[in-house]
Formats: sequence, structure tokens, C-alpha cells
Amino acid sequence: MESDIPNKTHYMVDNLFRREGARIVSTLTRIFGMEHLELAEDVVQEALLKALQQWPYSGIPDNPPAWIMQVARNRALDVLRRRQTFIAKEKDIASWYGLEGESTDKFFLDHEVRDDELRMLFVCCHPLISVESQIALILKILCGFSIAEIGRAFLSSEETIHKRLVRAKRMLREIRPQFEIPGGTDLATRLDTVLKAVYLLFNEGYNASQGERLVRAEFSHEAIRLTRLLSSHSVCDRPKTHALLSLMLLHAARFTARLDDLGQLILLQDQDRRLWDRALIAEGLEELDRSAGGEKISEYHLQAGISACHCLAESYEATDWSRILMLYEMLVYIDNSPIVLLNRAVAIAKVHGPRAGIHAITKIKDRKRLEKYYLLHAVLGEFSMELGNSEQAAKHYRKALEFTRVKSERMFLSGKLKSIIENLN
Amino acid sequence: MPQKYMLIFHGGFYDDLSPEEAQKQMNKWFAWVDKLRNQGKYQSGEPLLPGGKILSHKKGKIVIDGPFAESKESVAGFFVIETSGLDEAVEISKEYPDFHLGGKVEVREVMKIEVPE
Repeated sequence: MESDIPNKTHYMVDNLFRREGARIVSTLTRIFGMEHLELAEDVVQEALLKALQQWPYSGIPDNPPAWIMQVARNRALDVLRRRQTFIAKEKDIASWYGLEGESTDKFFLDHEVRDDELRMLFVCCHPLISVESQIALILKILCGFSIAEIGRAFLSSEETIHKRLVRAKRMLREIRPQFEIPGGTDLATRLDTVLKAVYLLFNEGYNASQGERLVRAEFSHEAIRLTRLLSSHSVCDRPKTHALLSLMLLHAARFTARLDDLGQLILLQDQDRRLWDRALIAEGLEELDRSAGGEKISEYHLQAGISACHCLAESYEATDWSRILMLYEMLVYIDNSPIVLLNRAVAIAKVHGPRAGIHAITKIKDRKRLEKYYLLHAVLGEFSMELGNSEQAAKHYRKALEFTRVKSERMFLSGKLKSIIENLN
Repeated sequence: MPQKYMLIFHGGFYDDLSPEEAQKQMNKWFAWVDKLRNQGKYQSGEPLLPGGKILSHKKGKIVIDGPFAESKESVAGFFVIETSGLDEAVEISKEYPDFHLGGKVEVREVMKIEVPE
């Protein structure tokens, strides 16, 4: 018997529901107004469920996003029509009704839809909203993750994430931000906030130290997608945007080499560099070139530069540590947080020897804040080893073990400790 | 002789699914339907909306009611398939994708209408 659904299954790209759903929420928000953001989210969810109920029987429609858009929009119109006597202004009703006869094509002009996502990104990253809420909003509205998925990724309860989102949306209702990409003098500071949030989102995925790894890896991909959107938009296409994109790509290029088959962390010096993604590295370096235009060097420029040094080194031994140290020296002017200073100490040790590294660590301002960070002790252990002080090294590694619950990190540290103890005996 | 069976799907609760989970769930349905089609066993199928009405006859009058069944119990759709017998129809039904969402499958043989010579 001939199948009248000729393997259409294979045409449904990964994440179509999540991506298109989120995209359509942004577009519906443009059409119906910021005050109907939650309605937009609800009707898109309903449309997706309707697809789930119908498509197995009917096959996938020719243009799935248009189908979802149409169903969601009609549903929104139904709801608003029912509510209209209570809330809507005459003008709104007229404009909504005007929508009905129109083809959905108009809403799918690529640049319009892309701009809707960017407009939504600026709304989610409003400076009056806390950074953690900004990230929750991005994940929920722009990336289409469910509250349960976000909760699992952050090891938080659904309740916590739900409350965070409710608070953030209440805040948005009070702020009443324009659904637009800011212009003029506002742009620079607003863009900074957006870049920061997207950068943190990327890190959430990159530091797979907790929660569900697969979802978190998606966070990084989403951060890259959003930064690509920003960098391709004439207004947001700034040196800093390209620097951030470069930094992300140069890190992402090394994702797969960071973990072994069992999900255990592999240190930079032990990574199989053939596994690094050459295409991503090339794109990252290109972005780094593009980032050179401005008069100001940002922390993203410097971090991308450091990452580029690693990516360009043929082997760990061939790493240009002097250049990396120079970049860290510049970075501490912008960000002298203990973490950056710790990384700088590693570069100092590579260039000037472990004793200089230890000295740099003792000079870290606010070192107390690192006391419970396992890497501080792991790094000190490494320096002690290099100085031939095994007993001191063992002490540091034991201390490091106290401060991490992550299996891959524990395995690594226990391995170190074991080999020291074996050599001592 | 091939025999027709109706697989009646009860329930299957989708409301809590994330977009990603919904898409995965849908892919399972596609895979199932595709397989049955390729094997020439799939005849037809329709999804049903919840709600509707139930008509009955009481004291000489037609009474129109409500639906009685909880929506999580109500019929969400059906397939008509053609198999070698009940055992195969049951085997096929084991691949129904919505068990973990609380769904159930009822397997019923479609009666052959016999026309006497």
C-alpha cells in the first residue's frame, strides 16, 4: 500500500517545536502588544499540543511554522474577542480583526521575525530585571524551554523557576518596555546588558558542573544563536558583539574534546586536539578579526584572544603563554575578580615558573572568596608538584576534593592524589 | 485471512509536555504510523476532540447530555488496521506511544458483514 505521507517525518528538524514556538511567541507579542505576552505563550503552547494531536493522523503540513503561527494567532483572536468588552480599545479590536483575512506570509518575512526575537531579547534583558531572571526569561520565552527543563538544568524546583518568572513578568508589566531594539544613546548600555546575559547563559551551558548536561549544552548553542542574531543586525553589529561571538565559538569548538565517553572532564593538556572543531575555530577567528574595529577593548575581546591562543597552538607544549599572560594582564584592568586572577596566576607560572605562580595566588585580593573553589586548591597542588613538594601537593589535592561534588572533577583529583601517594611510598 | 481491527485510544495527557517533549512524542507517533503504513497494515485513523454530547432515551424523550467521561479517559482517536488476527493487533498496540502519559488502547475486531449467497 502506498503511503500518502512520504517519510515527511524526516523533514521535521530537531528543536522545531521549541525554536518555532519561541519565535512565534515573539511575533505574536509584536502583533498583540507586550501586555499580551502571556497570552502569546499560552496560545503557542496550545497550538503545539494541537499539532501533536493532529499531525500523526494528517501528516506534517507543508509549512509547519506557518501552521503553528496560524493556529496560535486564531486562538489568540478568539480569546481576545471574548475578552474584548473588558479590556480592548476600539482601535486594537479593529487592528486585530484586520489581521484575520491576511495571509500569514506577511508575518514570516525573515528580517521581521528575526527582529522580533531581538526586540524580545532586549525586553527580557531590561536593566531593571535581575540577571538571573533575565536568563530565566530568555530560556523560557526566546529559547522555548519549559519550566521543568529549566529547573532540571539549574537543580532548582519548578516552583522556584516559576516564581522567578512570575516576578520577572510582573516587573515587565510595571516597566512597560517598548517592544523594540533601543536606538540612540540608550543602545550601548542596553546592548551591554544583553551581551552580559547571553554570555552568562553561554557559561551556564559550558560549565556543565550541575544539572542535566544535555539541556545545558543546548543553553550554549542558544547563546551562540542569539549572539549570531545580534551580530547580523545592523544596529547591534558592534565590535563587542563580534568579540563575544568569537569567544563563544572558540570555546564551543573545544566542547566535544572536553569530556570523555563517560562524561569525565579532560584537561586542556590531555585533550585530543584533532577533536576540536576546525570550522568553528575558523569562524571564531574571523569574528575576532571583525571585533577589532572599535576603539575600546572589552573583556570579551581579551577572553576571545586567550581562547584563540589555545585554539591556534598545535600542542599544549606549543601554547604561547607569554601572549596569554599579556592578555590576562590587560583583562585584570577590566575584571580583577579572584577567578580571573587565579587564571592569570596559572599563566604566570607557565611563563615564570611555579614559585611565581604561588606568589601571584597569595597576592590575590579577596582570596577568601576562592577558598571553597576546588580549582584554587587543585592549581596549588599542581604548582607544589612542579616544585617537587609531594606532601604539600597531596594536602592541596585533599582540600580540593572537599570542595567538589562533580564526579569527573573528583575522579581527576583522586587520580592525582593516588599517584602522589604511590610515589611517596 | 487478514482481519480488520480498530485500535481505540483512550486518554494520553499532553498538557504538561514541553515543546521539546511534544516533538519527541510526535516523532514516536510518526514512526509508528509509518511502520504500519509500510507494512500495509494501516487502513485509516482519525483524532477526536474532547467534549461532544451523549444522547439517550428517557421516559419517551431524547435526552442530550454531556460528556460523562473524564477527559483523561475519553477517546482521543482511533486507527483501523489489518492484521492476521487479535494476537498481532495486540502486539502492534504495544507500540502505542502514549502509555507513559496515561493512555490506554482498546483493541476491537471489526465485524465482517456477511452477505448470504
